[in-house]
Amino acid sequence: MASHAVVVVGAGQAGFDTACALRSRGFRGRITLVGDEPPGPSYRPPLSKGYLAGTVAAEEIALRPPSFYTEQDIELLPGDRVASLDRERRTVLLESGLRLPYDNLVLATGSRPRSLPVPGASLTGVLSLRGLADAEDLRLRLSGPPRRLVVVGAGFIGLEVAATARGLGHDVTVVEAQPRALARALTPTVSDRIVAEHRERGVRVLLGREVTALFGDAEGRVQVMELDGGERIAADLVVVGVGVLPNVELALAADLLVGDGVVVDAQLRTSDPYVFALGDCARFPSPHAGRHVRIESVQNASDQAKCVAAAVCGEPYAYTAVPWFWSEQYALRLQIAGLTAPHDETVTVGDPAEGRFSVFCFRGGRLTGVESVNRPADHGIARRLLTAGTDLSPGTVREPGFDLKRLPRTPTASPSRTTTQERLSVHA
Amino acid sequence: MAKITYKHPNGTVTIVDVQAPNTVMRGAKLNNVDGIEAQCGGSAQCGTCHVYVDEANTLPLPEMDSVEDDVLYGTACERTEFSRLSCQLPVGDEIDGLLVHLPEAQS
Ligand SMILES: Cc1cc2nc3c(=O)[nH]c(=O)nc-3n(C[C@H](O)[C@H](O)[C@H](O)COP(=O)(O)OP(=O)(O)OC[C@H]3O[C@@H](n4cnc5c(N)ncnc54)[C@H](O)[C@@H]3O)c2cc1C
Ligand code: FES
Repeated sequence: MASHAVVVVGAGQAGFDTACALRSRGFRGRITLVGDEPPGPSYRPPLSKGYLAGTVAAEEIALRPPSFYTEQDIELLPGDRVASLDRERRTVLLESGLRLPYDNLVLATGSRPRSLPVPGASLTGVLSLRGLADAEDLRLRLSGPPRRLVVVGAGFIGLEVAATARGLGHDVTVVEAQPRALARALTPTVSDRIVAEHRERGVRVLLGREVTALFGDAEGRVQVMELDGGERIAADLVVVGVGVLPNVELALAADLLVGDGVVVDAQLRTSDPYVFALGDCARFPSPHAGRHVRIESVQNASDQAKCVAAAVCGEPYAYTAVPWFWSEQYALRLQIAGLTAPHDETVTVGDPAEGRFSVFCFRGGRLTGVESVNRPADHGIARRLLTAGTDLSPGTVREPGFDLKRLPRTPTASPSRTTTQERLSVHA
Repeated sequence: MAKITYKHPNGTVTIVDVQAPNTVMRGAKLNNVDGIEAQCGGSAQCGTCHVYVDEANTLPLPEMDSVEDDVLYGTACERTEFSRLSCQLPVGDEIDGLLVHLPEAQS
């Protein structure tokens, strides 16, 4: 395998972790990591939290110090983009003109924020948040005197920005088209509690309301937002957090199978056996969902990287890791273990009013996931139970005094386990 | 500045110098020490920075708070009385010479 070359497109969490996982597995070939974001691989979660608040410094955002790449013999090409791939010749062409041959290609192109499809969306002061440059811009705008910020979209990024900005003393309004916040991601019990927290902290949360237009001043700076029904809100800063689109253009142009994301199999291989895709841009068969899904989280990017590295090294295993996610808003520490949707039954443990509770979600009597607010033990134990495939019935959880901490510890299965895979029914 | 020793399950040992105000977790990251994943980046959410402080340790480590204690219920490898989250162990002169053992797996 000495002459084996792997080119990774995208130097984000998934691309970076793939390069690391390859070296950790003893891969000795050439690894080239091409990324269009100049600072090199960085960590996104603080961009809507500590970095925005000014408590996390830019140096802490870098995934590793520059010395790492030399030491690990990973060729990092920051500030360059892969423009096209030639699958027949197994080469990629970079925007700089460089052409790189590969034995295996890894698409880790991530996703980009959706834009707001209304007039005025390109006015100055209308921002979205993805990379360090976006966060730097937003941080500067939030570091001055109080501003009137309107966040469009009550998803994780929108609500984290709202919480951070409110903490900095800004006047914050959140506008969400759905009748509740985080409707696709969370049960009403948790999303209602989160909205209540925002309101208690003085954020105006408007649910079931659509933005119809934005208007600016003579210099083209956003000034007013118009909602359905004609209501107008003054805004000198608008953050759009209405979801992301997977970056699939390269894959599409190269005739790979693409749905909402680059479609891959259980080993994260695309329709071309020499090309893998992972992270935010990939749509993979999930044994936890029983169908293909695309997941936007650090855990997903990191754990999928191990799977791709194994396949490149000729020891493939199916991707079966239990998905998990976290968010931080004010003092609420929200954690999700597993894929809670779809579910047909929920049991709440603890007291939502106190801000310490977990919602256990079941489908057909089987645990599918647990959403926890300030109950980190529930989260961690739930992840272990879901990994081991342990049964926990709704009846047990409903028993008075039920406490996950008192359950005996079950051994966690190894990542190469394929049992759940066999139960998997897949439709793209 | 403190010398921190990370001992891998296969017996390999990595010794690095870590500056305050880093943590034992970041000390590993900055020095390319494998075996600590730290998916949540140090916010005591993920449990993938789990380490076992050496049994013979007498250095003054901070008391575990209730969040750390709770997160340790979710570690991939068995929790013991020596388990800590390395992201919750700040580095300073007083822990110069700390030895931590890395678990077999973090997730
Ligand atoms: C503000 C913010 C906060 C978040 N908070 C959390 C959180 O709390 N918890 C959590 O689990 N997840 C969080 N996430 C999500 C998490 O960061 C992503 O799921 C993760 O980064 C996905 O990794 P990725 O490598 O697939 O994509 P990315 O990290 O986005 O990396 C993809 C990279 O590829 C580059 N690229 C694309 N096309 C090309 C090309 N043709 N050539 C070269 N480079 C290219 C992109 O510019 C980008 O740098 C957050 C995301 C954001 C934006
Ligand atoms: S890094 Fe996640 S708990 Fe320490």
